[in-house]
Amino acid sequence: MNNYELMVIFTPVLSDDEFKAAQKKYTTLVTDNGGSIVGENPWGLKSLAYPIQKKTTGLYWVTEFIAPSDFNEKLKIQLLRDESVLRHMVTRLDKYAVEYNHKKRSGVPTGTEKVQEA
Amino acid sequence: MAKANEIKYLTAIKAEKRPKKFCRFKKYNIRYIDYKDIEFLKKFLNEQGKLLPRRITGNSLKYQRKVSDAVKKARQMALLPFVTDLLK
Repeated sequence: MNNYELMVIFTPVLSDDEFKAAQKKYTTLVTDNGGSIVGENPWGLKSLAYPIQKKTTGLYWVTEFIAPSDFNEKLKIQLLRDESVLRHMVTRLDKYAVEYNHKKRSGVPTGTEKVQEA
Repeated sequence: MAKANEIKYLTAIKAEKRPKKFCRFKKYNIRYIDYKDIEFLKKFLNEQGKLLPRRITGNSLKYQRKVSDAVKKARQMALLPFVTDLLK
């Protein structure tokens, strides 16, 4: 069992309900395969730094979950088959990243604020 | 023969003393660099969105690698541009 972070960019044409349904689809996929969701953060509509599939905006969704390592292949297949997904990325989190995300969720300063301009 | 410490110059040599660079991740004890925190990552980029070298940022090699990984992830997810002008 490892900690992962999934970031998905959905197409901006989804309605609020469809966006919620898409999130639900992937969270149930995680829980059905013996994983558990740690945290979710839908960023919503955000402009992209460069166009993807001729779209300049996207619906961002970030989630952190714990799952067995063979789950990622199944997740990848589902994400690639889904036409509403513009792009996705799964990152494996080390113990420092888990700590950082936990701090960020609970509103504790993460330490990066102190760093001033070079 | 004049000894080395007796040599006097007509004009004073400019001895500019720069403050020593340091690795800010080691100094502030930052262990994880978040690819989602774009404002933080922009400190390590120039105006074209390219990574600044270590000799300018002063990062240690360990953390420069992590910065570069984080920036590349952010670029893939369209949080940072691959090429641009006037990023800041």
